[in-house]
Amino acid sequence: MIPELGQFSLILAFCLSILLGVMPLAGAATGNRLWMNMGRPLSAGLFVFLGICLVILAHAFVTDDFSVRIVAAQSNSLLPMQYKVTALWGGHEGSFLLWTFMLAGWILAVGIFSKSMPREFVARVLGVLGLLCASYILFMLATSNPFDRMVPVPPADGADLNSALQDIGFILHPPTLYMGYVGFSVVFAFAIAALLSGRLDAAWARWSRPWANVSWAILTIGIALGSWWAYYELGWGGWWAWDPVENPPLITWLCGAALIHSLAVTEKRRVFKSWTVLLAILAFAGSLLGTFITRSGLLTSVHAFASDPSRGIFILAILGVFVGGALLLYAIRAPLIKSEFGFGSLSREIFLLANNVILVVAAASVFLGTLFPMLYQALTGDLISIGPPYFNIIFVPLMILLVILLGIGPISRWKKTSGAYLQRQLGKVAAASVLLGVALPLIVLLNISIPATIAVALAIWIVLGIGRDLAAKTANKPSRWQGLRSLTYGYYGMQGAHFGVAVMLIGVALTSYFSSERSVLLQAGDSVQLGGYEFQFAGSERIAGPNYNADRATVLVTRDDEAVADLYPELRVYLANGAPSTEMAIDPSLLRDLFVTPGEIRANGAWTMTVYVKPFVRWIWLGAIFMALGATIAAADRRYRKLARVRDHAHEPAVGDMKPGGLQPASGDGT
Amino acid sequence: MMKPHRRKRLGAILFVAFGLSVAVTLTLFALSQNINMFYSPTQVANGEVESGTLFRIGGMVKDGSVEQQQDSLAVNFVTTDFVHDVAIEYEGILPDLFREGQGIVAEGRLDALGVFQASRVLAKHDENYMSPEVRAALEQAGANPENHQFRATPED
Repeated sequence: MIPELGQFSLILAFCLSILLGVMPLAGAATGNRLWMNMGRPLSAGLFVFLGICLVILAHAFVTDDFSVRIVAAQSNSLLPMQYKVTALWGGHEGSFLLWTFMLAGWILAVGIFSKSMPREFVARVLGVLGLLCASYILFMLATSNPFDRMVPVPPADGADLNSALQDIGFILHPPTLYMGYVGFSVVFAFAIAALLSGRLDAAWARWSRPWANVSWAILTIGIALGSWWAYYELGWGGWWAWDPVENPPLITWLCGAALIHSLAVTEKRRVFKSWTVLLAILAFAGSLLGTFITRSGLLTSVHAFASDPSRGIFILAILGVFVGGALLLYAIRAPLIKSEFGFGSLSREIFLLANNVILVVAAASVFLGTLFPMLYQALTGDLISIGPPYFNIIFVPLMILLVILLGIGPISRWKKTSGAYLQRQLGKVAAASVLLGVALPLIVLLNISIPATIAVALAIWIVLGIGRDLAAKTANKPSRWQGLRSLTYGYYGMQGAHFGVAVMLIGVALTSYFSSERSVLLQAGDSVQLGGYEFQFAGSERIAGPNYNADRATVLVTRDDEAVADLYPELRVYLANGAPSTEMAIDPSLLRDLFVTPGEIRANGAWTMTVYVKPFVRWIWLGAIFMALGATIAAADRRYRKLARVRDHAHEPAVGDMKPGGLQPASGDGT
Repeated sequence: MMKPHRRKRLGAILFVAFGLSVAVTLTLFALSQNINMFYSPTQVANGEVESGTLFRIGGMVKDGSVEQQQDSLAVNFVTTDFVHDVAIEYEGILPDLFREGQGIVAEGRLDALGVFQASRVLAKHDENYMSPEVRAALEQAGANPENHQFRATPED
């Protein structure tokens, strides 16, 4: 009975989302205030009913209601409670419900934090998001209903959650990733609302910026969590595999990074408007493409959702309607968009343009490499795969170029910068970073390594550039402290995120070039040397977990006869379905990870294992944390909040007042 | 004479176009260098692959074919699409879900003797999931993938 209530609530949510998709938009087009004002209550209702769906489904998982098909497929009575709850998103239907709920959450947030924006604009944003949400719920009702029952006879117990998913990474990664992904729908809806009203101005860019920043920050964390999880769970010692399902979030992330920068230019200088709109559409398209690739099962990947072609076609249709419609609207409206200010050939605008070109080219090449196998198969019928070298060859030079420009961009000035000024500001920084880039690896490694030199030099280039800029920005203030206090959150956010790039760069480069690994067959008592460490296999024992049995090995790691770490990798067999799972053992530290992956136990008691030493691998995720923090701090900048306060006092914002036939491009912008 | 702002705009467009064309050229070049073809055991047995080329092969691990060296990580097994077999040699640790009767994809090259020297062996993380490559190989060879879908149960 209870799951049917969930079903009912899903249908109600569908009705509400249709109303949300129609009423505010129609109200904005005809100037009907009442209809426009329906946006907020409807979005609250949508959030509540999708929330009820989620709670009811979680209840079915927690109470082991195996008559619900996805509970039977993804859960088991022995499953620990935290995984019973999260098994909800262990399959296609449940995770799509979570995805849709995230969208409802974002819609609610837009309703709450948009008090300062004109009524028509908010109505259009909520309307577009309502339509999107309606299409998602329709998709669920039509092809993947999470409340489907097992008829006539439900199984006695569930098939269990895939053992690779019974992990903290699975609890954290999907919700974060979805939340970030779906956030770009909001920025998309802002762009569409602006196109509909014909009013692409600095105000639109200012309203979009915090949303773009926060979505991007959450997506950054989501991707980093996925990378961290894959690193310790999949056990091949890598943190990124260019897997077809890893790539779409990266495409969205790259487009999102470009969008954040281009929004800055649009807000401050009122140029790049049409480009910014296009990026907002692209970032959103990337997020839908990710859904399509994951759910259609058209590409081989580590993320194996049971696939169904009809779902793929449905999502492709959603993608076509929304992105196609948006591009059509864009084509109709773009000629009306005029950039207002010119800029010199050496200016911050140019550096940000270069940033955008590089990021979009990187996104496009990832897109091409990801979809090329599909395209190739459609054209020739042959199956191919694109190896990681392709992505590395493209990515590495692009990122080097990006980082070089990253040092110059923040210090350059809007409109026009003189080359002499840049040279004065950055000449010493460049010299110092080259010098330190050569010297530091030489001192540490005692030999010359070109990759290490490049990586260290580039990271120092960023960090010293930040320091130089801070010094310049605070030089004219009475005291350094006052100078630092006068800088905005937006500025600190930017520098924090850029610092994150430097940290991640060190992590990526040093891990890629200096990791070492060995696969060995060890009897108890044997040991293996790697990277100055000795890994000794001390023996193994049988242990019993809550829902699995395991063989646990003890590996003692020493360096120069001093104990460094005791590692306990496990080979588990889950009771519910006999699925095997290897549990790596890792000794993490800021400078290096020691990592043991167990393989199998031979008849004579010997274990196969791979041992890894991975220098600086933690810096990759540390860098991501800095980037996400930076973007969040920038989103908290005072000017977004100040605007809200001013508008609150003004009661009825003049800009938002009735303008029947809102489709006309507005003249004279109120900011 | 062009107006200055027009000239600037043209400059920006040319800059973008130049960047894009360089990027497209490099991308296509990189792409062409990194295509791994996928072949089924039947295609390999028919001699469609030259020895020395890097490619992927996919099929089921033939029952009773897995032989491990006792003193090293070397392993050899046979992959099959139920029409033709290809012998595979690999040195390293096999994935969790590598079992007889299970679909796998291996990456590597054929040696002079026609044995596939694998540099990587992939088996998927969900035992109910069959990669599109293996599925296609079985279908091409006339076997119904559904009959082999759920083979790797604990009782095996």
